[in-house]
Amino acid sequence: MRTSASLSISRSSERAQGSTEKPRLHDPRQDTIAAEVKGLSKVYNAGSSRAYEALKNFHLSIHANEFFTLLGPSGCGKTTLLRILGGFETLSAGTCTIFGQDVSRLPPEARPVNTVFQQYALFPHMTVRRNIAFGLEMLGTSRVETERTVERMLELVHMTEYADRKPDTMSGGQRQRVALARALAPRPKLLLLDEPLSALDLKLRQKMRLELKALQRETGITFIFVTHDQEEALAMSDRIAVIDQGRLQQVGTPEEIYEHPKSRFVADFIGESNLLDARVSGLSGTEANLTIEGFADIRAPIEWPLEVGQAVSLSIRPERLIIREAGEETCSGMARVVARTYLGNAVEYHLVAGNQSLTARAPRGGLRGLLDFAPGDEVGVGFEPGAIKVLLS
Amino acid sequence: MSNTSSSTMRTVTATSRIGDIRAFAGFGSASVGCLIFLYAPIVFLAAYSFNDGRSVSRWSGFSLRWYATVFGNENIQTAALNSVIIAVIAATVATLLALGAATATVNRRATGGEAAYVVLTFPLMVPEIVTAVASLVFFVAIGISLGFVTILMAHIVFCIPFAYLPIKARLEGLDPSLPAAAADLYASPAQAFTRITLPLLVPGLLSGWLLAFIISLDDFIITALVAGPGATTLPLHIYGMLRLGMTPEVNAISTLMLGASTVLVLVSALIGRVGHKH
Repeated sequence: MRTSASLSISRSSERAQGSTEKPRLHDPRQDTIAAEVKGLSKVYNAGSSRAYEALKNFHLSIHANEFFTLLGPSGCGKTTLLRILGGFETLSAGTCTIFGQDVSRLPPEARPVNTVFQQYALFPHMTVRRNIAFGLEMLGTSRVETERTVERMLELVHMTEYADRKPDTMSGGQRQRVALARALAPRPKLLLLDEPLSALDLKLRQKMRLELKALQRETGITFIFVTHDQEEALAMSDRIAVIDQGRLQQVGTPEEIYEHPKSRFVADFIGESNLLDARVSGLSGTEANLTIEGFADIRAPIEWPLEVGQAVSLSIRPERLIIREAGEETCSGMARVVARTYLGNAVEYHLVAGNQSLTARAPRGGLRGLLDFAPGDEVGVGFEPGAIKVLLS
Repeated sequence: MSNTSSSTMRTVTATSRIGDIRAFAGFGSASVGCLIFLYAPIVFLAAYSFNDGRSVSRWSGFSLRWYATVFGNENIQTAALNSVIIAVIAATVATLLALGAATATVNRRATGGEAAYVVLTFPLMVPEIVTAVASLVFFVAIGISLGFVTILMAHIVFCIPFAYLPIKARLEGLDPSLPAAAADLYASPAQAFTRITLPLLVPGLLSGWLLAFIISLDDFIITALVAGPGATTLPLHIYGMLRLGMTPEVNAISTLMLGASTVLVLVSALIGRVGHKH
């Protein structure tokens, strides 16, 4: 994916308006809003007894040139949101704008948006070349221009040698590339990707992650990517929106989402988390004093308003839970090992401390890797400084 | 025959396909019996079309003279031409109407989709004589004189459900994200239909057309009632010939029709198979 040719993909004259058109490298234009939804609601079977609210009062802004991911469990509404952006679903309330233009009532063909469908939806009666040319032909791009762009697209996704094949003679990964090329060829302002990697096997999926990310950088097009795979989301995204039950849970960079989850849902859904019940026992400046049953008090930075006496949930990642020989003074509490799971590069211990169950993951090798425990052992448990997060709900 | 079938049975038992009807004793001979029952009359009919004599039951040597008679008979030619013209027009019009109906009813959740499906396919279950009488009474009531036009109209009507079913089946097998992808790539609904949906429907359209064509070609009851005195089709003409006495000429013309139908059915099946690969 190193073709510099891709940088000069030309648009049809019809769409080449405005100053934001020139593709640039590594330039997330934070100030330009690529897509925005305000107060968006989607109700299926409205008015009947089977009415179902897929999206509830949804607000979201996506920046230009961003690799943005909508992440959540199946049925959370992420695909509905994507289909509303693409024009395949109507919205029940609210507005949806793309680069400042209100598209709420526009059909898909009137939106400067292209989609990579989950099962690719390649036209089976057309060759790869004709598939890629389709959008340009519909826009009325000249034949010469169309041919040139198709060639560049084929190069961009390494499919030049398959140009005259039909889609049903190709593998999943190849079809995926063709679907990408077809959607990128008309140079959309937004590229929507509906779980495009879910039909691929693990190895190919990991390879395509890198390719997708590189493609987004090279083309400078805003990507909106839907997935239920948190690993995929963390690996590729500039920012992630975590969605659950039709509601936006948290928006942020992968680091923010992983390191600073706001809610139990986010902490639990993104990676693994130990969730502990605690009480705020004191506030001092920027830190809160927290009491956890069975452990010594700990301190954590205050990230949102807390009150003394308030019951809160804490989150700590398994790899940031420290276990030591019982009786070491730096430990905050004691726990018993219930199970030990060998993971190759790490060992996972399932622990019980009072009425809380915890998971700790110790890497193999290094100093901590020298220790090893067996089920039944009593161990000391400590928390890495800064590893404890106070959840908002 | 019994040798072949018993060895087949042993193979089947050896692969132990439990519950396979082919494992039952006597399956082979029962199949042969059924095939004879189904095809003996047709084989018999075809064989005697090559009889040299005037009898349709006593063999007196091979000859193509009855085929020569058929091709020399102007009345038969007129009737055959009528039949083909009516079948081509009826199948074409019925296929176009069925295409519209199938496109409109493919989404059964759409308002009235289910009802439309029932209404469209119900004529398949109505006894043909009822349709025939109804058509006749209707034409008389609105004052159209019976003839070529009434035959054509009746044929178009009863061909619609036959053309509709294969088209609808094909349409339902289409991935709904294909027209969505076309719209996503800036195709208007009309462009999405002509560039994507229609080309992918071609196998369904062809099998629908061929089915309608064959049904129209060999219809007798409805045609007989709405034909009136002047117009005639091949089945009507053959029936008329029979009333004047059985000669191998009837066998020859029937064998020709059988041949034509077989070719069309085979073509239809082949198209269906190619279409399913998509």
